[in-house]
Amino acid sequence: MTDLLTEQPEVSLRKTWRPFRPRSGKPLSNLAGISSQPLASLGWILFTTSLLAALTAGLLAPADPWTSVSTPFQPPGAAHWFGTDDLGRDLFSGVLFGLRTSMLVGLTGTSISGLIGILIGATSGYFGGWLDDLLMRLTEFFQVIPRFFLALLAVALFKPGLVTITIVLGLTSWPMTARLLRAQILSLNEREFVLASRALGAGTAWIIRSHLLPNALPPVVVQLSLMIGQMMLIEASLSFLGLGDPNIISLGYLLRNAQPFLRLSWWMFLFPGLAIAQAVLAFNLMGDRLNDFLLRRYTR
Amino acid sequence: MTRYVLRRVIQVPFLLLGILVFTFFLIHLAPGDPINALAGEYGNAAYFAEMRARYGLDRPIAEQLFIYLKNLARGDLGTAYTYGQPVTRVILERMPTTLLLMGTSFILATSVGITLGFSAGRRPDSLVDHSVSILALLGYALPVFWLAQVMLYFLALKLGWFPIQGLTSAREQYTGLRLFLDVGHHLLLPAAALAIQQIALVTRLTRTGMLETLASPYVLAARARGLGSRRVDVRHALRNALLPVVTVVGGRIGFLFSGAVLTESVFAWPGLGRLLLEATLARDYPILMGMFLLISLAVILANLITDLVYAILDPRIIYT
Repeated sequence: MTDLLTEQPEVSLRKTWRPFRPRSGKPLSNLAGISSQPLASLGWILFTTSLLAALTAGLLAPADPWTSVSTPFQPPGAAHWFGTDDLGRDLFSGVLFGLRTSMLVGLTGTSISGLIGILIGATSGYFGGWLDDLLMRLTEFFQVIPRFFLALLAVALFKPGLVTITIVLGLTSWPMTARLLRAQILSLNEREFVLASRALGAGTAWIIRSHLLPNALPPVVVQLSLMIGQMMLIEASLSFLGLGDPNIISLGYLLRNAQPFLRLSWWMFLFPGLAIAQAVLAFNLMGDRLNDFLLRRYTR
Repeated sequence: MTRYVLRRVIQVPFLLLGILVFTFFLIHLAPGDPINALAGEYGNAAYFAEMRARYGLDRPIAEQLFIYLKNLARGDLGTAYTYGQPVTRVILERMPTTLLLMGTSFILATSVGITLGFSAGRRPDSLVDHSVSILALLGYALPVFWLAQVMLYFLALKLGWFPIQGLTSAREQYTGLRLFLDVGHHLLLPAAALAIQQIALVTRLTRTGMLETLASPYVLAARARGLGSRRVDVRHALRNALLPVVTVVGGRIGFLFSGAVLTESVFAWPGLGRLLLEATLARDYPILMGMFLLISLAVILANLITDLVYAILDPRIIYT
């Protein structure tokens, strides 16, 4: 049983995946699992809320998150749902736009990392030989580089910005994906249906496209979905340390701003923190759900 | 096995060298200049040039790297720009407090996490299992520094149970046992905040491990032989369930360290985290290199030790 939240490739090696076929019945209601699992429906609710909030931040937000619209340190009320900060800025707007930033970093960073990981993992697993050796040494190297500190250094020394953070996270998070996919392909490559195709004269590209990737990708998709939340947390951490993008509002920035006024205004730290926690939780729950759906682990 | 160990040990210096070279270029190629930290903002050009020459900053990067590595081989990490002291001394001075924080939270996380995961995995689908699983899920989604803020607000500022910040009470001059208790009192909140995510992780892993081992034939066989339920759960199931915990916990030294940096900044804990932040902002290259060396070394060694321990614990795995 693999716990992909913990990113453990060794354990997943032991698993043998059945060829991927959508479960009979209605796949989408199955993915939602609303009737059967309360946690999954919570995941869906949180996920949809975060996504909608992030997408419609520009429409929903009552004010510009940077401009002072009211008296400072107003507790939550009818006019300002989440209160105002030390400069009289509307916190509800700040949280909405911050959520958008978090999700943007999480999704883009994960896409970059997924692309690199899939390319390297697939090449390494399929072709083997010296290329595999070389790519695996590279993977090991990137695996031991402390990701958070590298991001911290890059952001502090180069241009402090969202782009830098996203690129560094994307460029350093791929080793797990690569190793997982490589292991998958290695085990699939020797399976009967692949050997049979090859014996029938199928070409390399065809085998990769129609046999290997569809069967090897599900666990990778699950792992990537869990990576999104982790990247969102790292982005928030960097902004909290004052190394975020000075021009873009983010939840970490809001929390950094709240730190000197902890005693004075609890709402300044409470709402941005809850926002990021629920967004990360949403992605983690969705990852779990994808895991159950794609990998059919539990048969409850 | 011997070959595997040997290969892994030989890898260590190469990995370390690779990371050092990589970081060195990253740091030195970055725009910006440490000269302002060294010579102030308003020196004239001649003074700047002299300072550059004194710290070797005027030479080509490759040469600077070579000099750095040569000095490193003799155990010399250079002199910190901002402190004017050897980097080794600056880092070693701050290390005990950070190690105290990390060590305490590590012990806390492992013991609490294993206990929770064990009690949840023992009775799947029970009330205990569900509550523990939900708590673990939550704990894994919370940002470390936010948790620190929440704890600081409720437990220290509102209830007044814990001191707000620092390592010791500044107004008192405690010694001996009183000092020990005082530090412990200051330590508890940051260590707990840092531990929560680890607890969530260890809990999840232990629970999954328990579910898996409890379903395996040897547990059934042990029960069939008439062994007590507690004995089977602990001696047979838990022991094997902990194998993945070993791997993951050992591989998370880097996470623990980055968590420590964040926790330290919330609780004004005087450790390596703050040193790293100060050094980054001041572009204190020698300190940055030294810190990166330390962190990478810790991560690499932790991985190595974890894999070796795992190999000893699980004789089923064959290494080549």
